[in-house]
Amino acid sequence: MPVTFSSREIEAGERRWSRGVSVAIKNVSIAFGGRTVLENFDVEIPAGEFVAIVGRSGCGKSTLLRSVAGLETPQSGTIALGNVAEYVAGHNGEPDVRVMFQDSRLLPWRRVLPNVMLGLEPALIPQARKVLAQVGLGERANDWPATLSGGQRQRVALARALVHDPNLLLLDEPLGSLDALTRIEMQQLIEDVWRSRGFTAMLVTHDVAEAVSLADRVILIEGGRVALDEVVNIPRPRTRGSARFAALEERILDRVLQRRPVVEEPW
Amino acid sequence: MNERQKNPAMNTQLRPSILAKRALPWAVPIALLIVWQWASSVGVLPSRFLPSPRAVVSSFIALSASGELWMHVRVSTLRALSGFVVGGGVGLMLGLLTASLNWAEILLDTTIQMVRNVPPLALIPLVILWFGIDESAKLFLVSLGVFFPVYINTFHGIRSVDRGLLEMGRTYGLSGWSLYREIILPGALPSILVGVRFSLGLMWVILIVAETISARSGIGYMTMNAREFMQTDVMVVGILLYAILGKLADLLAKGLERYWLRWNPAYQAAR
Repeated sequence: MPVTFSSREIEAGERRWSRGVSVAIKNVSIAFGGRTVLENFDVEIPAGEFVAIVGRSGCGKSTLLRSVAGLETPQSGTIALGNVAEYVAGHNGEPDVRVMFQDSRLLPWRRVLPNVMLGLEPALIPQARKVLAQVGLGERANDWPATLSGGQRQRVALARALVHDPNLLLLDEPLGSLDALTRIEMQQLIEDVWRSRGFTAMLVTHDVAEAVSLADRVILIEGGRVALDEVVNIPRPRTRGSARFAALEERILDRVLQRRPVVEEPW
Repeated sequence: MNERQKNPAMNTQLRPSILAKRALPWAVPIALLIVWQWASSVGVLPSRFLPSPRAVVSSFIALSASGELWMHVRVSTLRALSGFVVGGGVGLMLGLLTASLNWAEILLDTTIQMVRNVPPLALIPLVILWFGIDESAKLFLVSLGVFFPVYINTFHGIRSVDRGLLEMGRTYGLSGWSLYREIILPGALPSILVGVRFSLGLMWVILIVAETISARSGIGYMTMNAREFMQTDVMVVGILLYAILGKLADLLAKGLERYWLRWNPAYQAAR
């Protein structure tokens, strides 16, 4: 009988040659004004993996992401990013980390293309146009951000991150303020981009269905620690209607809400 | 293209409504003018209180034909603008400085706030003593007056730049001057322009008072001089000139807002 691999193993194998970097979070503690947000937090994320971090509001999931981005400094512990693989063209050893925030944070005084070009040399304009076309907004390059819809703005924010060819993409509830249909479209887009480019992705979300549909692995934070670390073993592309999907979503949701699972009594 | 744009009949119907929209702001001034002329002609309004509009117009024509009017307008405008440039420039620079550097705020802001509460016009006796009644006195008063609105609004604008954008800028490698140029200055610009608009109004107010008290030329001087000879028509010409010049300054400020803040839907020209 031939050896079979789970889809996750196959994908990990494909992504061995990806441009992602590993993330090692060790013993990280963060407190704000005496209130502990994360306590001795440990998580290892292999290169190229898509990790979703879920939890109730204020559980510290955003803080974790912001610390990985370097926007918060932990009181103790280390956050180490792996090296960029040598074959990756144009790398200088320093991994490129980009953040997508809940709000698009586009500069309202720059048109769409110049927003994507933020911090880049003018020589990269063709590259920026290409990425803008990839997110479906090639036609809107010369528009002001104020004329775009919320979903379109997040697409521009995604393009702005992607044009740097990140090794690690941090997504801080980027779809939280979008309507349900736009959100599903954006999830599809993010998954496609991640699969084609193979960066490492960390997604903070309060939407368990979103976590299950996108991530290789879902981590639940509770009381400043990892309360659940669940591998999503559902082959991509995933369909929300499937029984496995629903069961996993239900299980994680139960844990988040601390509902006792219904156990069949033996007598 | 939809049906409405294709149909020429609709276009001709639209035109009068645009014209009406343009004319509407002038309806009240014109109505006032008509009432004023009527009151003067029937004698309700004696000319030693207020001359009739026709007298004002003819005096305007006479004054501009002799070139006297333009000389005064030129002198006043030059004073106003140079005072604005000096005071506004210093206000902008100091506002940027105190808003950006903590030590500068600690060092300077208290002093500036104290001086701000002194009305510039209260300094007139002292200013006459210091500078006499020549140009530097007017320049000083106007500069001082326009300094504060620009200073305060620049400070406020820099301080209220969206922190999310600053954070985003830093994650994209902006720092120091590039952060200033790309995010802080454009973010503060709407507030700075509010200060500029305030200043342009204040600029004329202060200049009028300064010119009526101590001057040998300028619109204020012309008006005060006319009072000596009870030339009410010349006085009204002077007052109307201030109104027109003030409106022009405001138009200029609005134009700057429309150009610099064209990204902001709140400042886009009505179509």
